[in-house]
Amino acid sequence: MAETPQKILLELEDGLILEGASFGALRPAAGELVFNTGMVGYQESLTDPSYRGQILVFTYPLIGNYGVPAEKLDQFGLGVFESDHIQVSAVVVSESSDYSHQSAAFSLNDWLARHHIPGVSGIDTRLLTKRLREQGTMLARVYTPGTAVDFYDPNKENLVAQVSIAAPQLLESGAKTVVLVDCGAKQSIIKSLLARGVTVLRVPWNYDFSDENFDGIIISNGPGDPSMVEATVSVLNRAMEKRKPIFGICLGHQLLALAAGAKTYKLKFGHRSQNQPALRQEDSRCYMTSQNHGFAVDVRTLPQDWKPWFTNINDGTNEGIRSSRFPFMSVQFHPEAVPGPVDTNFLFDHFIELL
Amino acid sequence: MPRPIAKVIILGSSALKIGEAGEFDYSGSQAIKALRDEGIRTVLVNPNIATIQTSEYLADEIYFLPVTPSYIEQIIAKEKPGGILLGFGGQTALNCGLELERLGVFAKHNVSVLGTPVEAIRNTEDRQLFAENLQQAGAKYARSIAVSSLSEAAAAAKEIGFPVMLRVGFALGGLGSSVCWDENSLESLARKALAHSPQVLIEEYLAGWKEVEYEVVRDSADNCVTVCNMENVDPMGIHTGESIVVAPSQTLTDREYHQLREVSIRVVRHFGIVGECNVQFALNPKTSDYRIIEINARLSRSSALASKATGYPLAYIAAKLALGYTLPELDNPVTKVTKACFEPALDYLVVKIPRWDFDKFQGVEKKIGSVMKSVGEIMAIGRNFEEALQKGLRMLEIGVSGLVGNSQFKFEDLPAELRDPTHRRIFAVAEAMLQGMPVEEAASLTNIDKWFLYKVQHIAQLFHDTQNNPQSIQSPDFLRRLKRYGFSDAQIAAAAKTTETQVREARLTHRIAPCVKQIDTLAAEYPAQTNYLYLSYDAAENDVSPEEPGRCVIVLGSGAYRIGSSVEFDWCGVNAIRTLTQLGFRTIMINCNPETVSTDYNECDKLYFEELTFETVREIYEREQPRGIILSMGGQIPNNLALRCAEAGMKILGTAAEDIDRAEDRHKFSSMLESLGVDQPEWKELTSLAEAKAFAASAGYPVIVRPSYVLSGAAMRVALNDSELEQFLTQAAMVNENHTVVISKFIENAREIEMDAVAHHGQILVSAIFEHVENVGVHSGDATLVLPPQRTFLETMRRVRTIGEEVARALSINGPFNVQFIAKHSEVKVIECNLRASRSLPFVSKVLDCNFADLATRVMLGHPYKVKERSPFDIDYVGVKAPQFSFTRLAGADPNLGVEMASTGEVACLGDDFEEAFLKALLCVGYRLPIRSVLLSTGNLAQKVHFLPACQALEQMGIELYSTGGTRDFLTQNGIQSRLLHWPLDERSPNAIEYIREKRIDLVINIPKSFHQHEITNGYLIRRAAADYSVNLITNLQLAARLIESLQRKSLSCLQIKSWNEYRKRLN
Repeated sequence: MAETPQKILLELEDGLILEGASFGALRPAAGELVFNTGMVGYQESLTDPSYRGQILVFTYPLIGNYGVPAEKLDQFGLGVFESDHIQVSAVVVSESSDYSHQSAAFSLNDWLARHHIPGVSGIDTRLLTKRLREQGTMLARVYTPGTAVDFYDPNKENLVAQVSIAAPQLLESGAKTVVLVDCGAKQSIIKSLLARGVTVLRVPWNYDFSDENFDGIIISNGPGDPSMVEATVSVLNRAMEKRKPIFGICLGHQLLALAAGAKTYKLKFGHRSQNQPALRQEDSRCYMTSQNHGFAVDVRTLPQDWKPWFTNINDGTNEGIRSSRFPFMSVQFHPEAVPGPVDTNFLFDHFIELL
Repeated sequence: MPRPIAKVIILGSSALKIGEAGEFDYSGSQAIKALRDEGIRTVLVNPNIATIQTSEYLADEIYFLPVTPSYIEQIIAKEKPGGILLGFGGQTALNCGLELERLGVFAKHNVSVLGTPVEAIRNTEDRQLFAENLQQAGAKYARSIAVSSLSEAAAAAKEIGFPVMLRVGFALGGLGSSVCWDENSLESLARKALAHSPQVLIEEYLAGWKEVEYEVVRDSADNCVTVCNMENVDPMGIHTGESIVVAPSQTLTDREYHQLREVSIRVVRHFGIVGECNVQFALNPKTSDYRIIEINARLSRSSALASKATGYPLAYIAAKLALGYTLPELDNPVTKVTKACFEPALDYLVVKIPRWDFDKFQGVEKKIGSVMKSVGEIMAIGRNFEEALQKGLRMLEIGVSGLVGNSQFKFEDLPAELRDPTHRRIFAVAEAMLQGMPVEEAASLTNIDKWFLYKVQHIAQLFHDTQNNPQSIQSPDFLRRLKRYGFSDAQIAAAAKTTETQVREARLTHRIAPCVKQIDTLAAEYPAQTNYLYLSYDAAENDVSPEEPGRCVIVLGSGAYRIGSSVEFDWCGVNAIRTLTQLGFRTIMINCNPETVSTDYNECDKLYFEELTFETVREIYEREQPRGIILSMGGQIPNNLALRCAEAGMKILGTAAEDIDRAEDRHKFSSMLESLGVDQPEWKELTSLAEAKAFAASAGYPVIVRPSYVLSGAAMRVALNDSELEQFLTQAAMVNENHTVVISKFIENAREIEMDAVAHHGQILVSAIFEHVENVGVHSGDATLVLPPQRTFLETMRRVRTIGEEVARALSINGPFNVQFIAKHSEVKVIECNLRASRSLPFVSKVLDCNFADLATRVMLGHPYKVKERSPFDIDYVGVKAPQFSFTRLAGADPNLGVEMASTGEVACLGDDFEEAFLKALLCVGYRLPIRSVLLSTGNLAQKVHFLPACQALEQMGIELYSTGGTRDFLTQNGIQSRLLHWPLDERSPNAIEYIREKRIDLVINIPKSFHQHEITNGYLIRRAAADYSVNLITNLQLAARLIESLQRKSLSCLQIKSWNEYRKRLN
């Protein structure tokens, strides 16, 4: 920690202003303030495109302990992070810690600075969390005294368009081909598929892939409000006519639900953590899941031939749906993990068996 | 949903010992609560009478009997339970359960083992089965192959791969193990090792790997979660019980964390655990490769820590799972709005630090390593590592004000101290950082991850900054920063050369105060009405509001368990809280020991898991504005705060602080006794060796010497002559102006008697008088206690009671107190008086079926009640309390009894007469009876004469007698046949050591001639061998004589299987 850290302010929509110490890049930022309760996995969260437009608060007080590794691309051109850059608008922590790890190339501080992302440390993050829990997610901004930046509501934009890819990519790894509708896909989803020996056709969020050759469809995670992503829903509607296996993850789950005719709604403060218990309806098995979402599927609006698949036992929200007629299914959580528990990795195997 | 079951038997862990301590009172108590909530009748077997689980209000039936297969079978036959829980009483209960299963007892009596099946337990316990199972589960484990020849060693090393570790069996401890880097050096190292022991272990070399643990719970429907992970600050090579441990892990990446988590869950599923399980890993810091080290298919010390670290009631949930519930069916009892099937998210970290008591033992090896030697631990909670570490070090109550700024540590060879760690390791690391050693160098010497070293360096830096610029503490930013990183006011004062009061004033001026934070298991994600709290300066908001002024009462717990203060004070504290609740008060407990019941989430209205230091207690007191504070239930640590608390204006409930001081201060107490006309051994306070010698010359040797105003490691010694006195006083460097020494006449061959009582405004309401089996000279905590007394004159009893009344009146005692007496002929002298609950309070309360702690609490709050005091004639049974020693664990320590307490725990049993209760108690603390052969070394001539009748009795009983030199001559002269065994140092056969090692001796009676020995003597070697090879050892004449008499009068088969209730019914 620097000897005389620069002061920086975090202001919430409700008027609360907290003073912290700057780390990372010293520049203003604005977005939606959300908290994550995971105790490991900061580099994964910070590069997760689902956090686009958000200021991320870590409830665990020491962040940066094992540093950040250097980027290294694999044979498919996929790196060690969840996307090729930091996605959050700003980071709020209690302490930006010294680091020590054999894999580390940078400190969190340096890494954020390189990516021009501001950080605020010295904040009572539990205080913030309680406020967000009680009043719901709200907008916030980060600036140094004397400067200013406007509040910014990312949910009013189509964030998916910002984080998706520009043109289709083919990543060959096997005989079967899965279309990955990239709404801001975490690289771990792609890696989970490639590692299981399937070829991935990664397409932009609004790309019409009806004429491509494929065996199944994965709809990825992504940021923001699913109702902003109409183009994907219409692509899906067309694709569903082919009756090929579809698997939605996170935002992909919400989009599949919308395509099926159900509705989504905004949660008060969302689920961003690695310890959400999701109970599978058919056998009452409960899994620890990693999550990052602010919207949810309203199961009461599910059509007749769709059934809830997983349910969160803490608050009863929907965690997955399944068609009773076709091989269509989706989960609100992240079976690819990274960060978080790998308990539901097997869902990829199940999906691939259906191809 | 579970299937119905009417009655369940639970096995406890018996006496507290090193490696198996208070954590099992916590886990057993939670299990009983879980069963009770289901309406199941509970039968508990645990002779540890000081525990909370053996309280009258928890289990339905309690047996103070040995946790051994034969006794458990008899209890099962009598109680006919439908199920048994084996996972809540440590290794003692688990081993007993495995044996019972092997003997077919469960099948015979139709008892189902609830929770993890016995088969699974065996698979985790048996090394071969363990390895096979892990292989099947595809998990990597630390390889270890036992070899007995050079060729086997070569093959094993090749199979495992170099480097390998060569380890020699424990009995030759001190020889140490060696690392073999390649094939070339293997032969010579293996040859050397095999020369010392017929069997050598060749193990995979994992030194320097990180050590990480996961606590896993699994239900019978295969739902499985990891409740907590923990990382050892001290890496592989140091037992986890000897390590500083932090939760959650700090230096693991997401990938590493979840890799190990996945493996834990996979193996727990493979073994088929139902309930709780601990998985220990080694993690290679360079490659992230891992090995499983150990799996404990039961509640453990780590699970108790995990439970307190996260707030997740592991033992309670494990008991429910054992009954057949599934995790998603159970609520999270902390949040009440979420489910038990989840993994806690922490928004703080905890640091566990072990507490050692090496200063209590002569000759003990102080290096720490793969054998557990610590006797207790604390857990500190903070929002940064520095804060938690510094709080934790203060919690140990070893006289430090934090990590730095302590004057008592001098390291002659710092690099050596870092390389070969002792109990002072963390202070050596701090010293290295203060001296400017680079982190890289410290890391390579200690193998401690640099992350932790940076934090230590940060503390050292802040300390230097304060020293170099004392004025800086006037800056609110800097002062806030010091507080944020865990500096105490006293520590800051020491660095800035000012006073604690001035630091406090500066703090108050700048409104720098700690915030109260909740532990809610979900990092504030869900609202939780949790009462589990800690203080942090690294925070900006209080989570909970203070109590209404005057509504609550604060009770201080006992802190870390240590020799002389353990679970008995937890019983006192928990009982005080219960009584306060009944009286309608809101209750606040302050304690920092994760092994306790008092720190359980449902025992009090507010739990501050905090320091028992004056600064912290004052912060909490001023915030909560209680009716008052109870200091007399947590042992000596809270009691020592009395004067300062009173001076700071706190209301101390019970006896006034100045009266406590009149009992604690030797001078004041003595002159009070004089004015009462109460006799006491002649004594003097002195500051020079000359004075000491002069006193000894006039009073006559032996004399007993003890330093005053020393908080810990207070070494007491008996000196027989000038040279011993001189040696002791100079060696201990205790004669100086700061530390006065009290010297008193040591009265030999006297009996020791104690009284526990509760008084109200100086009037005794209830009292219990009990005698020691051992004569004076054995610390009361190591003595065998008998209640009611069986060998004390009525006149002595009457005098003891009268003196007790006079003392109570003179000190206006209002609450619990204990007085120790010595009696010789009909003279009675007072040797000590403590105006607080004593170690024996649960013992007397349970034997007399009169809760002294409850009455004392009511007295302190002004609600006394009349009790019918029972005279010894009213009780037609006898209670005997016996000490538990842990010498086997403490390599090198002389297993001898003296004025310094050495036992780590205790048991107590009830019987129709002394012999029955006594034999039961000895069985409980590990005596193996019957005795077929005895090795006698019976001390000096007077002692030999005194012991002659006992030797004759042994001969009449047909017991094979062996003896050493002088004892043999004496026995022969007196017509008793015995076989000579040569002294160890004679190195001639037949040798005493050889016979002990070969287990040809069932009992060693070895009476030391002197009260202290530091050098290697024949007696020491015999005693040590008995400890190392787990042979019954008695070093006290009276104890030996009582055992022989008891064995002569009672057959083991007539020890009755009776529950506590059956004895209680006999009281009218």
